[in-house]
Amino acid sequence: MNTLLEVNKVVKQYGDYVALNEVSLSVPKGSIYGLLGPNGAGKTSLIRIINQITLPDSGQVILDGEKLQPKHVQYIGYLPEERGLYQSMKVGEQCLYLAQMKGLSKAEAKKQLEYWFDRLGIQGWWNKKIQELSKGMAQKIQFVVCVLHKPKLLIFDEPFSGFDPVNANVIKDEILALKEEGATIIFSTHRMESVEELCDHIALIHKSNKLIEGKLDDVKRQHKTNSYEVGILTENVEGLMYDITQKFTVSPANFKSLNKELKLEIQIGNSLPNELLNLITQRGQVTHFVEKIPSVHDIFIQTVTKKV
Amino acid sequence: MSIISLIIKREFFAKVRNKSFIVMTFLSPLLFVAVAVFVGYLSSMKADLKRVAIHDETGLFANEFIALNSQDEQYKYLDLSQIDNQFLKDSVANNGYEGILVIPKTTTMADLENKIEFISNTSPSMSFIENAQEIIAKKLTKINLENAHLDTLAIKKAQAHVNINIAKTSGEQGLKGLNEAKIAIGGAFGYLIMMFIIIYGNMVMRSVIEEKTNRIIEIIISSVKPFQLMIGKIIGTSLAGILQFIIWVIIGLSLLFAASAFFGVNVGPTAHLAPAIVEHSPTEFAGTAQLYIKELWNLPIASILIGFVVYFIGGYFLYSSFYAAIGAAVDNQTDSQQFLLPVIIPLMLSVYVGFFSVVNDPNSTIAVAFSMIPLTSPIVMLMRIPFGVPWWQLAISIALLFGTFLLVVWFAAKIYRIGILMYGKKPSWKELYRWLKY
Repeated sequence: MNTLLEVNKVVKQYGDYVALNEVSLSVPKGSIYGLLGPNGAGKTSLIRIINQITLPDSGQVILDGEKLQPKHVQYIGYLPEERGLYQSMKVGEQCLYLAQMKGLSKAEAKKQLEYWFDRLGIQGWWNKKIQELSKGMAQKIQFVVCVLHKPKLLIFDEPFSGFDPVNANVIKDEILALKEEGATIIFSTHRMESVEELCDHIALIHKSNKLIEGKLDDVKRQHKTNSYEVGILTENVEGLMYDITQKFTVSPANFKSLNKELKLEIQIGNSLPNELLNLITQRGQVTHFVEKIPSVHDIFIQTVTKKV
Repeated sequence: MSIISLIIKREFFAKVRNKSFIVMTFLSPLLFVAVAVFVGYLSSMKADLKRVAIHDETGLFANEFIALNSQDEQYKYLDLSQIDNQFLKDSVANNGYEGILVIPKTTTMADLENKIEFISNTSPSMSFIENAQEIIAKKLTKINLENAHLDTLAIKKAQAHVNINIAKTSGEQGLKGLNEAKIAIGGAFGYLIMMFIIIYGNMVMRSVIEEKTNRIIEIIISSVKPFQLMIGKIIGTSLAGILQFIIWVIIGLSLLFAASAFFGVNVGPTAHLAPAIVEHSPTEFAGTAQLYIKELWNLPIASILIGFVVYFIGGYFLYSSFYAAIGAAVDNQTDSQQFLLPVIIPLMLSVYVGFFSVVNDPNSTIAVAFSMIPLTSPIVMLMRIPFGVPWWQLAISIALLFGTFLLVVWFAAKIYRIGILMYGKKPSWKELYRWLKY
């Protein structure tokens, strides 16, 4: 697949502290790329390098086939985690100013602003000062500022924080719409459920190193434990357990169901799932048989705690 | 539109539209004029007449003081030599006397010199005491001369009064009093630069801190270079300052003229010259006044104005870079004090050097040295310019100032670049030094 952003062995040091240790990433065009990692892992340092706020000590960043250079700022839209706008400046004026900084002409900026204000239903805010808006309202303005100049690459750092569920949904839909229009999105968050929902690629950075990168499905495949959640209605529990434990590793499972069946999590190792299925159908009524796919949450915690 | 001019525009309008800017701009000239008028009114008011009792046991001096009553507007002397000294002392407070001048009877005139007392419950003014001493000494000298049978008139004739005239090699006549005008002009411009640097430097710093606490900084520097932002901010703020200054000058002048027309106070150029002129006799008067005005026009007005602009730009930019770097290094204004002190000290120093060294001798080593050092030169050199400065000194001083400015901007930009992204803790000097190396 075509790569939009290529990060190549980037190193960043602050004094003695290594913030990024030869981190390489490749972000495919048109993807939503989840950049994950615990606090202090180096995500913000990396994002700042991509935004040319700071320069890497070594390594390089390639955007759309070209080495990162000042003109690229207009291809990138950045929504930082720490939100902020000029408190005493009017909304419209402020958006125009920030859009012009990204290289839009005043007329073009105005046109785009009107489109977005209309789209998000905030037309009436043009002459309000930021200090008159609530936090969530200011966040919306900031989102508009970030996408206004139709950037090829969007970087969202915790885009949903501060939004109520309704507005979070509005923003989520906008992000998906931007993807449909061809934008590539880097998405940094601690909310794993939104990663599951939105991202098709992920990378996990921990302690200044990249530990995992790839398509979300591939990553999950690599991390699956070949275990199945099984629910069986049976009279002879001891017999069933005896049979299964002969061949597989068993532990109790917990999932929602309407019956009072026996719930097990069974690791089948290298065996085929049919072997397990054959075995249990002979012993009782199977009500539940699901391959256990690791969630991003599980992968995150597993990786981060393992490598300490 | 280029990015820097975009930033300049925003900074300018952000300052100018600010309510406190508007209030400051239109209120301070009013305040200034109000204070000036008030002071003028106070000084034109006559002070209360203070009564001083003279208890002169010798009978020689009382008349000398009484004779002053017709001229002196501050003191009224009363000859109470007949009244008992002790009784007088007791009644000083009750009768509202400022004090009693007691001149006792002594065996010889020489004894008298250290025996005279002024008894008062308040502390008398120095000028009053000096004046009284002079009157008594004059009378005593006269008596001594007479006692020695010397011809006082001949002695008076023999006394010479010397007045050195100042001229240049070009043959132009100068006036001593003009130095004061030069000091006043140089001092005013030097002081103006200092005030401007402090007020607007602080504004630059506040604006940097605001962006930092707002957290908008990260968005902005993802679009522009920190250096562009810093320079745009400094220039934008200075333009707001210049606008404010121009408005002040216009309002101030019109108010001053209006006030002077109303109160009939003469504020034209002649008012400044008046004290010097009154010492001359009426025949000399017209010629002297002409000479003054001519000399004022002969002042290097062009160099003063150009010097003001050049040193203002250089000095303001130099110091603003410091202020911007400080603003970037701290999270809030209270933390900035520690770093501001080293910035304020050279400014204070230059004003002191200006008012002591330059006024005393504009070409002294100290004055020349401080008009070369970039941190003090904007103020000290401006104070020297009215007295005439060799062009090579100006050239070195300006070159040093702008060279240092470039250097400081470079360092400040480094601190700024790192500082604006640092949150939470107040950096130490050591850390600031480390930032320079990142």
